[in-house]
Formats: sequence, structure tokens, C-alpha cells
Amino acid sequence: MKRRALLRSFGGLGTLLLAGCDRLSSSEWFPKVLEAGEQTSRSVQHLLTPRTAMAQEFTEADLSPQFRSNGTAMPQSAEYVALAKNSFVDWRLTIDGLVEKPQQFSLAELRAMKSRTQITRHDCVEGWSAIGKWKGVPLGDLLALAKPKATARFAVFHCADPMDDEGKDFYYESIDMLDAYHPQTILAYDLNDKTLPIQNGAPIRLRVERQLGYKHAKYVHRVELVESFGKIAGGNGGYWEDNGYQWYAGI
Amino acid sequence: MAAQTLPAGQSTRSSYLYYRHTLPVRVMHWINVVALTILMMSGLMIFNAHPALYWGKSSYTGQPPVLQIGARDDAARGRIGVTRILGYEFDTTGVLGLYQEDGHLRERAFPGWATVPGHYWLSMARAWHFFFAWIFVVNGIVYLIYSIASRHLTRDLLPTTPELRGIGGSIKDHLLLRHPSGVAATRYNVLQKLAYIGVIFVLLPLVILMGWAMSPWLDSVLPGWVDFFGGRQSARTIHFIVAWLLFAFVLIHVFEVVISGLWNHMRSMITGQFRITESSK
Repeated sequence: MKRRALLRSFGGLGTLLLAGCDRLSSSEWFPKVLEAGEQTSRSVQHLLTPRTAMAQEFTEADLSPQFRSNGTAMPQSAEYVALAKNSFVDWRLTIDGLVEKPQQFSLAELRAMKSRTQITRHDCVEGWSAIGKWKGVPLGDLLALAKPKATARFAVFHCADPMDDEGKDFYYESIDMLDAYHPQTILAYDLNDKTLPIQNGAPIRLRVERQLGYKHAKYVHRVELVESFGKIAGGNGGYWEDNGYQWYAGI
Repeated sequence: MAAQTLPAGQSTRSSYLYYRHTLPVRVMHWINVVALTILMMSGLMIFNAHPALYWGKSSYTGQPPVLQIGARDDAARGRIGVTRILGYEFDTTGVLGLYQEDGHLRERAFPGWATVPGHYWLSMARAWHFFFAWIFVVNGIVYLIYSIASRHLTRDLLPTTPELRGIGGSIKDHLLLRHPSGVAATRYNVLQKLAYIGVIFVLLPLVILMGWAMSPWLDSVLPGWVDFFGGRQSARTIHFIVAWLLFAFVLIHVFEVVISGLWNHMRSMITGQFRITESSK
């Protein structure tokens, strides 16, 4: 009898705890307190590793038989469909914003530039990992041509895949300039020695190793350098960030 | 249950209060209770985002997952919840894979009543998990420093050689649910010491390390260190297993507390005072 009362009080305590946690999650102030965890993680991780430290690279033997597609598999915009139909011959990558010389590149021009190939692990925020071989242009080389202004602090990647039914809310992401110039940060056009498939982000996708999958924007068509991303879309620096995910994706 | 002592205060035998737990130990114990509970429950919600575990550097190596929780259609029973471990399938309908909530069937690896938040919300679960992970880590570091400096570690936790020799008797006592009384009850017994040492120096550091191994950024601190544990997905699997070993430890810990004098133990972890009843044996 006493034991049952005890169990019941534990059960009651559990329900109360759960309800309390859910109420805190939905409150205005508590998620802001939890953000301290993200900031601590970022500071400590940056303290532990130089910003230029390289992500682990793997061998051909480690390659995942098929590189998983997540999120958009086929962008639903008439413009993208038309470009894809013509093998992206008419597609252009724009680099603008806080730069001295805005640039435009065709896919052929990007392919003609000096490339970097890397076999790296892609870690999704959901928990799974896949290993792929990426070939592309180092973003730093493109930025060097565009000559960023001193006020540029973030690179914002504008993508071709609409995330809402009306086709107005496009995927986007942002990284800071140190990550933008990291040698492993590339705009990839090949995956596993083949042209990057549409389901993985054709014609180019960002690879920003050492960060979670949602940072690796697919279908990139514009890189905009900004001082702050506060006025872009939801103001949090990315599509998933606007939906509550952390901007710092190193953990 | 014949060996059960009389409730404290009603004893006719001589009894006295003994100062068992210092204030720092009590405070850090309760911080840990909160942090570990949140970490476990938010961790289960994070697992729900991809309810499968693998062995290796990636999830897609050509090998099936070592553990997978999901739901599928069964010819005879309709929709069922299943858990597959190393190729063996178990029907876990009602708890894992498929559960009932407010009269609706929901497909979820771990049910809402076991997770924080109580419904699918990955970004919020991560926010809870990483915030309390820091509280847990800082609490653990302070505890280690305190335990070494105050000699709590050497005096109370490290088993002595004679104690280790008497481990057989201690195992027998535990199985018979016999608990020490008198002066012997002022000290931790040898199994208890070994359990605490194992948790403090093996399980807790391992669960933290495997958490770090999952961070793509921390990979680059020491190139290749994650492969020492079999790769990132193996680290995720170890993290999960150790979390459940800690859960098992808590279950046994709470069980021992309940059967060897719940209120006496609760008081000693709140005020520090533990009632010692002299045995007439």
C-alpha cells in the first residue's frame, strides 16, 4: 500500500516535471537561457581548435555506397526546372554584397578554376552520417576575386529551393568569414567522381566541413557578403536557424 | 525482509544521528539528479530524430544498423511497433516505435512521456541537452576537485584491500537484501564503492567523451581520435549504451535506497544526518 503510494507520487512527480519542461520550452524567456549552452559550446570549441584546423578526411574505402539526400530533392521553381533541363548551361553564380568587384561565374568557368577534392563525413543534425568525395572550387579563391570590403563579416548563401508552398521562402545559410576562407570550404560540383546530382544540390552546393549538414546549403546561386544577417528572412542566419536551430553548428 | 530495521525514531535500541554527507556533496548530488534526468530525456528525443544506431565511421557503410526502432504493418496485428537489435526483431508496440497518447496511435521511437520536450521538437531537445550537458560537466569537475581536496575520494570511495577481499560476502548480502547496521552503516560497502567509482571514473567520462566525439568540430582537435572508438557512429552507439547503463545504475541505486531506509537516506542527502541504529547482534 505504502509502495503503491510511493510509486504514484513518483509518477505524479514525473508528469509534473514533463509538463513543467514543456511549459518552459514554449515560454519566451527560457529558450534564451538555454542559448547560453550554445554560446558556451561555440566559445569552448573555438578555444580548443584553431579556426584553420582541418576536418578529418577519409579514404575511398570509407565512402558510403550511396550519398543520402535530405531536405529538398528537387527544387520546385519554374526557373530552376528550366535551368536543370538545359544542364545548367545558363546558370550563373553571383558573388555580391560587401565586395569591391561583384562577380558572376558560369558552371564551365567554375570547373575551369583550380579545384579541391576531399573525402569528408557529412553529419546530419538528426544523427546520421554519410561519407562522400567532393570536388569543387575553394570559396576563398572566389572571394579573393571579388575583394571583400573590410566591413564584410558573414557570407550568406542564397539557394534555389523554395521551402514554402507559395515559392517565396527560399533556403539560405550563413557562415562567418573565417569559415568562408577555410581551405576545406568549397562550392562542390562533383560528388563521388560524378556530376553533383540534383538531389544532392546541383549545380553547386556548399561544403563547410566541421559543421552539421544543414549548413551545407544546396542549389546555391548567390553568395552575398554582409555585415549582419539580422535583416535577411527571419534574421537568424539560415532557414533552419529561423526554425529554432542553432546558428553555430559545430556540435 | 526479516532483517529490516525498525523505522527511525521508533527504535527501542540505541540510535544516534551521524553526519554522513557534507554540504557540497549534497548540493552536487541534487544538481546531478536534475541534469542527468534532463540529459536522458532530451537525449531520447534527439535519438527519435534518427532512431537507428550503427557501428562505424558513417551510417551508410553497406551494413544494417545494430539497433533500429520503428513501426511496420503486420499481416495479423495491423500497425505494430518494432525494435530490431543485431538482426533480431522484437514487438515493442505500446512503448517503442508505436504508442498511444490521448487515444491516438503515434509512431515514435521513444514515447512522448519519456522525452523532453514531450513531443517531436529536435531543436529544442538539443538546446536542453547542451545546456544541461554544461551544467553536468562543470558540476562533475567541481566534484572531482572537491573529492580529491577534501579526501572524500580516498576516505569514503576507494575500497581498501581487506574490503576487496570480502567482496564475496558483500555480494551475498546484497542478493539477500541484507544491509549493515551500527558502525558498519556509516561507511559505504565495497560493492557500493565499486559502483560509485565505476560510474564516476568510467561511465560518466565515457558518456561525455562520446558526446564530444559526435561533434563535427571537435573531430579536428586531435586528428583521428574519433576512430579510436570506431568512428562517429560507433561513438553515438556507445553514448546511447552508456546512457542506459547509467539509467540501470540509477534504478539499482534508488532500489537500494528504498529498501535500506528511504527516509533515513533522503534525510542524509538533504540535511546530511543519517540515523545509525546499533544492532543487537
